[in-house]
Amino acid sequence: MSNPVSLRRRRLPFNPWHLLLMPLALIFVLPLVQMVLTSFMTTQEINQFPPKFIPASLHLDGYRALLSESHIVRWFANTVLVSAIAVVSHLILCSLAGYGFARLKFAGRGLAFLAVVATVMIPMQLLMIPTYLMFARAGIVDTLAAAFVPWLASAFGIFLMRQFFLSLPVELEEAARLDGCSTLRTFISVVLPLARPALATLAVFTLLSSWNDLLWPLVAISDDNRFTLQVGLASFQGTRRTEWSQLMAGNVIATMPLIIAFLVAQKRFIATMTFSGLKG
Amino acid sequence: MALTFAATPRTRSPETPRPRSSRGRAARRSLTGWGFAGPATLLVVGLSIFPAVWAFFISRTKWNGIAPATDVGWRNYQRIATDPDAIAAAQHTLVLTVLFVPASILLGILIAVALNQKIRLIGFYRTCIFVPYVASAAATGILASFVFNPQFGAANEALRRLGLPAQQFLESPGQALIVICLIALWGEVGFCAVIYLAALQDIPKELVEAATVDGAGKWRVFRHITLPELRPVTVFTAIWQTITAMQLFDLIYTTTRGGPMNSTQTVVYYIYELAFQTQRLGYGAAVAYLLFAVTMLLTVVVIWYNRRSGSGAF
Repeated sequence: MSNPVSLRRRRLPFNPWHLLLMPLALIFVLPLVQMVLTSFMTTQEINQFPPKFIPASLHLDGYRALLSESHIVRWFANTVLVSAIAVVSHLILCSLAGYGFARLKFAGRGLAFLAVVATVMIPMQLLMIPTYLMFARAGIVDTLAAAFVPWLASAFGIFLMRQFFLSLPVELEEAARLDGCSTLRTFISVVLPLARPALATLAVFTLLSSWNDLLWPLVAISDDNRFTLQVGLASFQGTRRTEWSQLMAGNVIATMPLIIAFLVAQKRFIATMTFSGLKG
Repeated sequence: MALTFAATPRTRSPETPRPRSSRGRAARRSLTGWGFAGPATLLVVGLSIFPAVWAFFISRTKWNGIAPATDVGWRNYQRIATDPDAIAAAQHTLVLTVLFVPASILLGILIAVALNQKIRLIGFYRTCIFVPYVASAAATGILASFVFNPQFGAANEALRRLGLPAQQFLESPGQALIVICLIALWGEVGFCAVIYLAALQDIPKELVEAATVDGAGKWRVFRHITLPELRPVTVFTAIWQTITAMQLFDLIYTTTRGGPMNSTQTVVYYIYELAFQTQRLGYGAAVAYLLFAVTMLLTVVVIWYNRRSGSGAF
């Protein structure tokens, strides 16, 4: 985010762009601030008129009730597990495949890559019915496996890694091969260390999509011990429409890990968003 | 399933930039290649092309998932045309798309241009505007039902302070869809802005400088240099946001669940209800296929139109 901008003029002491940006920034961030503040309010405070924005003190009733009346800890652990498996599997399988498609010559490569790219066009709502039936036959519906199997690899990940490997100069790998390294050895000790930025982008992308997914786990899992956070929150909301401090506490728990990650690694997140935009 | 896919192709890859290997090593190289690319390819292709084909066969049956399926030919597809729920869902999806796509493009450009200024607090503004993108749509929906709560929500409080009458928002059949569109924009505009910002920063400075030297004002530079340079990104954003709008589900599930009075039932929500609430798998698959076909058609039209008018985005 540090690119210089060519044209700028400052004739006014007060830059007029602030008039646009300040309200916009508040519109985007205030609801999230309110979410956090409301999670610390009592029910009476929330129901006051006119509405209060800042709680009188940090009440933890919402969090306490959420912990005792829902399986939120379980859901959190499930989500961490699903996302961790998704990220690790993506990093391994997609970088291997990306390298295969970028550098290795093998029978059927063109067609296989075309098939992978074609799958991008097929939307989830078309796949959910047959995938549910497939998983039901495999006996993994209602298990965590149902939630993470679709996230083991993705066309986007393969494509991202392939593009990255294509952009690397081939000479280093050739030198390693001349030194007698096998393809796998070359890949692990020469290529992967160079791929850190691409791997980070892939990890962020996979984390965001697997953590935030609702539709698929909602379809595949009905046992509330196996819910992910998103499904858990949605079902919790269905039964406590008015328990706002609990709902906001759940929201805080579900969104804060990613928001904190975003604040810490903003550049990496923005690079990921940019890449997923420019790949089209 | 996907194995057939892996075994059939016999074409050798046409490009052979470094022909250093003998014919004998070709088989081994293929093995290595498939060892690298195989697992991910099988997973991705096996979990999408195979089910997509199966979905087509399901769409030609009447099936509840338990009793044996009966073949009904194209009847499911014919029924869509006379199903008032399907037509209503299509209309809601269309309204949502027509509102959402242009708004996210215009706002995306506006915000990107604003964020591209070198002014104080710009890092703070960027963080604020991008952060909602990482919040899940489910959490956003729950938060939005609080903010737009007619009794004590912040939205009505803001209207009250401005001296405007309170609204029902998500509880009004006339407003719910528009409010959902606003919420979706809140969550997705950051993404558009990021892409436009990257595109803005890619515009060659010489272009802008040359135009300025030739006496073009800021607006003319924007109109005749910046906008045309942004066009490939706009094509992408239009397609991407159309797909996002047409597949909107999570937000609706955690705000209105299709109500009030079905006013926010979109096509994907309808498919979910058909298949997983009322167990009409065949009909649900048919609606899903139709939506897929329409999305594909739209994408192809946009790309074709864009190719014809020669901006070379794809």
